[in-house]
This record gives sequence, structure tokens and C-alpha cells, in this order.
Amino acid sequence: MHKLSTKKALIAFVIFGWILVIVADRVDELRVYQGATIAITTLSIASIILLTGYSGQVSLGHGAFLAFGAYAAALAQTYWQSPFWFTLLVAVMVSAAFGFILGFAAGRLSGPYLAGTTLALAVGLPTLANQFSFLGGETGLVYDAGLPPARFGEEFTLYKWFFWIAVFVVLIAMFLLRNLLNSRFGRTWKSLRANPTAAALCGVNVAQSKVMAFTISAGVAGLSGALLGMISIVAPSAFPLSLSFTIITGAILAGVTSLLGSMLGAVVLVVIPEIADVISHQLGDSEKVVTNLPGFIISVLLILTVLFSPNGPAEAMRKRREQHAKH
Amino acid sequence: MSSLVVSNLTVSHGAIRALRDISFEVQEGELTAIIGANGAGKTTLLRTLSGLKDAESGTATWRDRNILGKRPEDLVRRGISHVSEGKSVIPELTVRENLVIGGLWRRDKSGTERAIKEAVELFPRLGERMSQSANTLSGGERQMLAIGRALVSRPRLLLLDEPSLGLAPLIIEQIFAAIKNLQKSMNLTVVLVEQNANSALEIADTGVILNLGELVASGNAGELLEDPALKSAYLGY
Amino acid sequence: MRNLLGTLLIGLTLGSVYSLMALALVLVWRSTRVVNFAQAGQAIVTTYIAYEIVTRTGVFWLAVLFAVAAGALIGAGVEYFLMRTLFRHVDEGPVAALAPVIATLGLLGVIRSIVGMIWGNDFRSFYSPVSTDNFVLAGETIPFSRLNLLIILATVVVMIIFSIIFQRTDLGLSLRAAAFQPEIARLAGIRVGPIRTLGWVFAGVAGAIAGVLVTPTTILSPNSLDLLLVFGFVAAVIGGLESLPGAVLGGLVLGLGVSIVLNYVGTSLVFPSIFVVLIISLIVRPNGLLGNKKVRSA
Repeated sequence: MHKLSTKKALIAFVIFGWILVIVADRVDELRVYQGATIAITTLSIASIILLTGYSGQVSLGHGAFLAFGAYAAALAQTYWQSPFWFTLLVAVMVSAAFGFILGFAAGRLSGPYLAGTTLALAVGLPTLANQFSFLGGETGLVYDAGLPPARFGEEFTLYKWFFWIAVFVVLIAMFLLRNLLNSRFGRTWKSLRANPTAAALCGVNVAQSKVMAFTISAGVAGLSGALLGMISIVAPSAFPLSLSFTIITGAILAGVTSLLGSMLGAVVLVVIPEIADVISHQLGDSEKVVTNLPGFIISVLLILTVLFSPNGPAEAMRKRREQHAKH
Repeated sequence: MSSLVVSNLTVSHGAIRALRDISFEVQEGELTAIIGANGAGKTTLLRTLSGLKDAESGTATWRDRNILGKRPEDLVRRGISHVSEGKSVIPELTVRENLVIGGLWRRDKSGTERAIKEAVELFPRLGERMSQSANTLSGGERQMLAIGRALVSRPRLLLLDEPSLGLAPLIIEQIFAAIKNLQKSMNLTVVLVEQNANSALEIADTGVILNLGELVASGNAGELLEDPALKSAYLGY
Repeated sequence: MRNLLGTLLIGLTLGSVYSLMALALVLVWRSTRVVNFAQAGQAIVTTYIAYEIVTRTGVFWLAVLFAVAAGALIGAGVEYFLMRTLFRHVDEGPVAALAPVIATLGLLGVIRSIVGMIWGNDFRSFYSPVSTDNFVLAGETIPFSRLNLLIILATVVVMIIFSIIFQRTDLGLSLRAAAFQPEIARLAGIRVGPIRTLGWVFAGVAGAIAGVLVTPTTILSPNSLDLLLVFGFVAAVIGGLESLPGAVLGGLVLGLGVSIVLNYVGTSLVFPSIFVVLIISLIVRPNGLLGNKKVRSA
């Protein structure tokens, strides 16, 4: 496959970010908010792609790492009065540290046991907030990025500011991830996923690589969790079990083998409820349908993807291109 | 009368061709040894004949009816029993249960009991261990149990994949003697896959020699044993 | 003393329900190597069916009967239509190992949203067939009711029936053989395909019973069984995933653990403690309580 050089990729990322900012100037508040959600979801999906698509490990509870990141960032802001950029760094470090610990356990667990452990983590974690008062209970903690700088003018809304921050941070993180996956580490992980035994025979330290993948994935998830906390709240209700499932759904819809696909997955997750809304209006606005149609469509899409294009549309397209090239 | 007829059989694992254009025949009541080194395609041949693997082209018939592309559980009902490589027993079940499963499909309890009794007469050591978990058996006992299970299915054609694998010479001798005995006493047709060329050809009536997926020679087992060219090239002595 | 007795009895009640769900998950895992997250969805459908029958006729046993029949049918349907299609299509790529789990997650979503469209997402209460008043023993109330007793007894009966089927019948032997070594089972003449479907049928039945037993103690909504699924899964993992007695034991251990935390530590630590129990049991017995091969046979 044709790969961009790092310099060209950097230019592409910058141009893409620029376009997003220009577009954000011309749409309404709701769209800007959705844009920020898409950016943040892209990053959390990327963390799963890194883990599952590249190192072949499963996590059914990645929402827990989003929560670690969000709470770490919020605590750093509340108790240390840290500047915003520093809280993001704290989010990454703390979440990565927990990922490192769980990664060690994960190395010894095979498929369903790992799935069970991560699932139990995601279920268990949010309720801890009620146990320790410094975590703020059900109402959670205050975490925000501050007001937009005055020089951006009166017109510059808070949501636009969130959008700018989210897009900026996510683009940088995605760029770094892209380089990481194209580096030695990325190739090592791919070899692990394809055939652990062969990789081990070639001198790859399987356990170490897996822990590494888990750690980085958790760090990325933590960052996206902090951003999610910024646009919503940092409270147990922001990190339900369904969040973990949503991220996996996005990753599968996107095709877990392509980092670029993570954006596609995020767009689908945000756009589907909109489409569902239109359809349920057609169907006469029954409340039962309105609330359940988005979930229905996404779940059906998930099943169809797994059945007919299990490695995602991106992978399917790549295969088709390769076949074309052969003939 | 030829009972097992394989002609122009080709089988692939993905892009790799495991068997190319194999043809041979086995007469009713005959013991045929399939000889070859690792990777010669012996196991693939047996798995294709018992329905575990699909063929790419060619034909195979047992008593004049096609057996390719059939399911193993259906072929068992037509008298073909396959003892797969590596002591094919279910370690989580008891010895008795391992024998019983061979007869479940016939829904004939007393018939199955009789068949189990016969298997135990052939391998008395199984009789002492009926209620133990198959996991506790030695390698040789497991092989006996695997063959015993196949016998409970009342086969007419027995496909055996490397019964000597990993066993001590004395045990191998016992098992080969039992196989020969079975063939004679029950007029069973046997296809025996072996790396252990000498011992296998000694008890066999005919032999087929495979190398890298192709048939190198076939014919009378005694003649194959004596052929100097084959001896040095494939039989390894 | 009274407190301890109460804790044990509640633990036993919780453990019973967890065991049933764990049993369902283990049955499916053994037959198709899939962790069936849709089990919660399948059970929610059967529980709503039972709810409709109870509210219309008031006959609890009839409701259970219908729930069990529906559970069996749905289990067979999921295996036949979804799983078989899945295994035909998906055989390579990084997702192959993950695909079945994802498919069952998707199915859970589909079932839940359909249930929501039919019955709505609001909470309903499922009337208990027997009294939920706590027993009084020597003048003191124990936190244990007729309903709890019913849950325990019903679970015991179900377990006895299951173990007779699995240990004493040819069908059970086929199920076990196909679960442990499908290839050898086929070579022995066992039709593994229908046997697999049957595993899902039994799982559907166990899940349906868990659903109707647990719901009178809580509320009914399209997601009300999700937590039971998580508890059941953890119980199954503690028990080693392969073993039916392990699932039961895992359920009881978890139930007692949860009950102890509830009574002596605090409600908010129940979920974190599940994680701790799971981690400890995985460290002490990485293959589950009954995970070693010798005992795994049953």
C-alpha cells in the first residue's frame, strides 16, 4: 500500500485541522459540539484499534481507562490547580500506569478471561466514586478548559473553544500514533497479531510487547477520557458500561486494522442517532421508537459488519484493491 | 474386489498443494500401509478419506460409492472409522465413556455393550481402567483406547494415523500385532499411515509410498521392502 | 449470629441466580467457544413474556413454563441463524477470534432495542409468586423471605435435572464429547451440529429461569438483566468456564462474597469487590476453581 512520508503526513494533518476549524466557523453550535464528540470518539476508538487490531488483545472495559484519565485530569485541576495542558498529560500518565498494571495481568490471561477481567473493571470502577469523598460521588468533579481567550472575540463560543482544543489535541495524538504504528513497534505488534509463535521465534518479546500495547492504548484512552470530561462531566454516569461497548462498536465498524478508519467509526456513531431521529419522525414519533431506534440501527450494523466484513470496510477495500492489482 | 478406490486425488491447504494426483486401490480385507516422511501428505490423505478435509479434484469411493465431501459422522455410518493422529481420545471423559461414544449413533445399547466387550478382550488393559479418566492413561493405553473406540463403531474400513507415534518399541509391537489380528479375525480393511516404514510394511499386504504429496511407488508390501532403490531413498535404511 | 445467618442466606440466594446465569454462559462456551453476551438479551425477552403471562393470568408457573419454552426456542434460533452464518463467513483476519463475541454484543443491542420498542424503557415490577416478607426466627427477623427460599430451591432442582442429563444420559455424553473434542466426537459418529444447537437450547433455558427468578426481587426493564450477565460471567470465569460444577461453585463463591461486602462493608463497594474477587481467583487458580483437567471432566 502507498504510504505517505512523515513530512507529507504532517502537512496533511495540518491542512485537515485547518479545514475543520474553517468549517466549524460556518455551522451552528450543535454541529460544533458533535464535531468535538467525533474528534474525541475518534481517539478512543484509536486506542482500541491499537490494542485489538495491532496487538490482538481484547478489552471489553476500555471505558474504565477513559474514566481513569478523566478523574486524574479533574483531580489535578481541582487539587493542584494545574494548567489545562498539564492535566491532559496527567490523564495520559495515570491511565497508562493503570494500563501497565492491567497489561501485566492481561499477559497471563487468554481471550475470554481477559474479556471478563476488563468487563468487571468497567462495571466496578464507576461506583468507587461514591466510596471516596475526594472523587465527588454521583455529582462528580468539576473539570473545564477555561474560557476561550478574550482576543478571539465575543462571538467565540465555549463549544467552539472545546472543539478547537479537542481537534488540536486529537490531531497531535493521532499523528504521533500514526508514526508509532509505522515504526518498529507497529510492525512488531502486527507480527504478534498474525502469529505469536512465529513472532516469538523471531526474537520478539511477546509478553513485553503486549504490556507495551496495553499501556499505550490505556494512555490514549485516558487522554480521550479527559477530553470527554471537558465537554461533558467527570462523574460515574459519564462512564457507564455502555461507553465501553460503544467504543468497541465504533472500532469494529471502522475496521480494527486501520487507524484512519477510527474517524469513520466515530462519524458513524454520531451520525446514526441523527438519521434515526429522522426515521422515527417518519414513523410517528412514538417515544419507544425514538429512544430505541439509534441503538437498534447501530447494533444491526455491528452484526452485519462482523458477518460480512469482519475486518472492517477499510480492510475490505484494501483487499479489493490488491485483487485488482493482481489481475 | 477393490473396496477403496482413490483416483487422481488432489488436496490443498490454501495455496499449498498437500497431495497431487494420487491413485491407488485397496482390496477388501487387505491391510495397506501408507509410508512417507513428515510432510509427505499421509495425514492429509486420511483426513480427506474420513471427511475431515475437502478434496480439490479427483475421486474416492468405498464399496463403489463416493466418499469425498461427506461428513465424518455420515461416513462412520457407512463403516469408515478414523483414528486420528496423536492418540485420539477425549481426556475429559472416562475410558468407558470414550468407548461408548463410538456406538452412540447406532442407538443399540446391547450391541454397543457387546462391541465394548470385544474391544476389551483385544486390549485387556482397558478393562482394568474402565471408570478412570482417559487423562490418566499412558500413551500406549490411549492408543489402544482410540482404536477400541473406533472398533465400537463396528467399522469395515479402519483408517489409522501413526498409531506408533511416541510409543516405546515393545508397545508398538503389541499394537501392530493387535492391528494384524483385527484384520484377520474380522476381515477388516485397514489403511495404516506410518513413518515407521519397516514395521508397517512387515504386517501390511500392500504399501503406498508418498513423497512431498506425490505417489512414488505402490504394490505388494514384501516387494516394496526389498526394492533397493526405495530402501535407500524413502525407507531410510 | 443473626447477621451472619442472614448474610449466608442472602449469599446463597444471590449465588443461586449467578450460578444459573454462569451455567448458561458455560454451556454456550463449551458448545461453540463463544462468550454469549446476548444471553442477557435472550433472558430479558423470556422474562417480558413471563411478565405478560403473569399480569394476564396471575399464574406464575405458567409464566415460567412459557419463559422456558421461549428461552429454548430463542437459544436454538440464535445458534442456527446467527452463529452458523458467522462461522461460515468469518475464518481469518484479526477479528476472527473476536467476531463471535462482537456478534453477541450486537445481538444484545438488537434485542434490547426491540424490547424497548415493544414494552418501552420504563421500569415495571414483576409480582412475586410468594411472600417477600422476611422470616421471623425466635422473635428476630432474618433478611430472608419465601421468595429467596423459592429461588434457592428452584435452582437446586434445575441443577439436579441438568446434572442427570449430563452425567446419566447418552445425550449428555454426546454434549460433553462434542464440547471437549468436536473432531473426535464427529469421528465417533456424533452429529456435532445439532448437539451444538442443543447446548444453546439448554443455555437458553437456564438463562430464562435465572431471569424469572431474579426479576421479582428487583425491577424489570430492557437492561435490568445486564448486571446479572456480568455477575454470571465473572462466576463462570471463577469456575473455569469449562466446568458445569465450576460454574455453580463460582456463582456461590461470588454470591457469598457479594453478600459479605453488602452486609459488612457497604453497598458502594459491591462492584469493585467483584473485580477484586475475580483478580484474586485468577491469580490463585488461573484456570478457574475447577480448572484442572482431572476435575474438569464433569
